[in-house]
Amino acid sequence: MNMPDMDRDDWSRFTPRQRLARYGSLIVTLLVIAWSVTSIDVIWAWVWGAPSQMGDLLARMFPPDPSNLPSILEVLWETVNIATIATFFAVLISLPVAYLAAQNTTPNRATLWLGRFILVSSRSINTIIWALLFVAIFGPGVVAGIVAIMFRSVGFIGKLLGEAIEEIDRRPVEALEATGASRLKIIVYAIVPQIMPTFWAVSILRWDINLRESTVLGLVGAGGIGIILQGAIDTFNWPEAAMVLLAILALVILGEIVSAMLRRRIL
Amino acid sequence: MSDVRDSWRKPPMIANPVLRWVTILGIAAYIVWSVATLPIDWQRVAEGLVRAQRIFNGAIPPSFERSGLLIDGFLESLKIAILATFGGVLLSIPIAFMAAGNIAPRPIFYLGRAIIIIARSFHPVIVAIIFVKAVGFGPLAGVLTLIVYSIGFVAKMLAERIEEIDFGQVEAMRAAGASFLPTLWYAIFPQILPRQIGLTIYQLDSNLRASAVVGIVGAGGIGATLANAFGRYDYDFALAITMVIIGVILVSEAVSGQIRKRI
Repeated sequence: MNMPDMDRDDWSRFTPRQRLARYGSLIVTLLVIAWSVTSIDVIWAWVWGAPSQMGDLLARMFPPDPSNLPSILEVLWETVNIATIATFFAVLISLPVAYLAAQNTTPNRATLWLGRFILVSSRSINTIIWALLFVAIFGPGVVAGIVAIMFRSVGFIGKLLGEAIEEIDRRPVEALEATGASRLKIIVYAIVPQIMPTFWAVSILRWDINLRESTVLGLVGAGGIGIILQGAIDTFNWPEAAMVLLAILALVILGEIVSAMLRRRIL
Repeated sequence: MSDVRDSWRKPPMIANPVLRWVTILGIAAYIVWSVATLPIDWQRVAEGLVRAQRIFNGAIPPSFERSGLLIDGFLESLKIAILATFGGVLLSIPIAFMAAGNIAPRPIFYLGRAIIIIARSFHPVIVAIIFVKAVGFGPLAGVLTLIVYSIGFVAKMLAERIEEIDFGQVEAMRAAGASFLPTLWYAIFPQILPRQIGLTIYQLDSNLRASAVVGIVGAGGIGATLANAFGRYDYDFALAITMVIIGVILVSEAVSGQIRKRI
């Protein structure tokens, strides 16, 4: 602390300049919120009615109706399959893409940009939008869902793997290059072992995310539990919808437990 | 000396060979079985490719003719994202305190964790469908959906931060005889504020992204515009919207990354 400050008997945490910046950003934030509230196209009576509407809906959902449980469990298993298969293939596809998109392994600038382009376009388009496209191609069903999740996952896995490749220790690569090893051997013996932990962590994480994503595919006709949910909601069968929601909750929590366990064992 | 091997093998990940092979074969069998039983109707795919080609032909070049609609949709998405972030963050703070093991008593801790788990488990699209049924079509359902979505992430991360705080400051305040609120205000808030601001900006970014999706099921914003364009076979307008969505997401990602780096 400087000497002049010692004489003062008041203490303040911020300099006047910092305080100005803090109040300034606070005011800007409040102005932005005020602009949103006043200009958004909302019928305010609905806002005040929302809690009672939600209460009404929950009352209708209770008690959940387990009579359809066997078919719910069946599509739940289908949902797991969609997530698992899609993750498996997405991982396979993202390996070469990651190799292209990492600055230190990509053959040249053009391939670097190709890799980057694949990653960005895959990540920017949401699974649901991919699913809409693939339902048009493959027709409604599981296949469209799997391909949609695959297309979305490649960007995520490829980006994280590419970053892991960029961070590897160069020396094993140089050592192998010095012995005259082929490109494939360099990949297998110098790069793969270094990115293995990231590879497993990212795959498990994405599987967990895909489990959640695959629960909504059915809403656009791409398979999985969403189909039953949509059916129940469309027919105002709220007790069954509640049962489906409970099943999804159980599935997601189970998925989280399994992925936490796998992570602990593998890493 | 004679038993020195001149080759080296990587030690396997699972030491027990029986368990290892059973696991590998099990996984392989599962994948082969599930892929083989996929109901792929190749004729449908062939027709689909024609249809996809028609979609792409209709979509290219993208049409920016109705850019007024596009801008309105985006402004609505932006407002939805801002209000949902504000509401979600506001609600996240008490929930995060409930879910922090070092502050909340056990029963409240479990309640807080349960709220977070439920908010995180449901995909925003599912939440949006339910809110659309409850409060009607439009941006209100979108705001409510993204509030739930924000709680799931912000409250979880914030609770983790609260669990990591330096408790010495809290003890100092308590020793000075401060009551609960001043302790919160002077000993805990300053420690979690930087993380809170970072999380808020991150969440604003991800809400903007999610608001494009929840609109597809009727919860307002650009997603609603996109779904309408798709429904009316205006593929060129749909492509224009998609391109702008991608552009906006890239820009907002860059901006939020910059801001978070400065904090």
